[in-house]
Amino acid sequence: MTVREIQEILSAQVICGEEFLDREVFSACGSDMMSDVLAYVKEQAVLLSGLVNPQVVRTAEMMDMQCIVFVRGKYPDDSIIGLARDRDIVLLSTQYPMFASCGMLYEKGLRGGAI
Amino acid sequence: MSLITLHYDVPGDDFTRAGEASGNVKTHLKKLGFNPTVVRNVVIALYEAEINMVIHAGGGEIDVEIDPDQIRMVLTDHGPGIPDVELAMQEGYSTAPDNVRALGFGAGMGLPNIKKYTDDMQIETEIGVGTTMRLRVDVPA
Repeated sequence: MTVREIQEILSAQVICGEEFLDREVFSACGSDMMSDVLAYVKEQAVLLSGLVNPQVVRTAEMMDMQCIVFVRGKYPDDSIIGLARDRDIVLLSTQYPMFASCGMLYEKGLRGGAI
Repeated sequence: MSLITLHYDVPGDDFTRAGEASGNVKTHLKKLGFNPTVVRNVVIALYEAEINMVIHAGGGEIDVEIDPDQIRMVLTDHGPGIPDVELAMQEGYSTAPDNVRALGFGAGMGLPNIKKYTDDMQIETEIGVGTTMRLRVDVPA
């Protein structure tokens, strides 16, 4: 699935990284615990989170994640956006809550990756 | 003689900057052409350790030696020390305060994650003096 498809499915606003929307992602992870993301995510993934702070971007950076979706209408501040921009990470914001967002992407074929 | 040595002073008062050193090490490793699995293992372990250093010890220092066949990391802090290392190594055990949990850490996965992603992990700790963590990631031939 491409980042653009994720954006369309979740009716998400593109916060930054418009030029990278054609990137392919192979799995998704929904979590507000960054240590869990660091422990379990393996493949090139998109991160869905209700947490808005710089460590979300840094965690994505360490895990080579292409895209972060902030759920529940959460919106990062300029410093977080700058951090993501410097690292070529796409930031999206959707009004849907975490459960619905994950469900919508799952329904369209995106999976959580190997356990 | 190492291919490259890196040194970082990690500030202890600014959680938003935690991870800068790990991100910088990642950039170096990628530039040097290490395979993505090695890069990932090093940066996850180092990032968790760097976060720990900021959360629990008020910052510290990180030294990294990069060789073609292994990456060695030494993290030194002058924090309170770890009273029971065996307990701290258990998944889910955490002493992180609520403000740290609110930032997405403190799930008790830090040390287990570090062990999982490294080939060797040594912890020297003394109460009231500080902790030194030595990590090694081998590069497969």
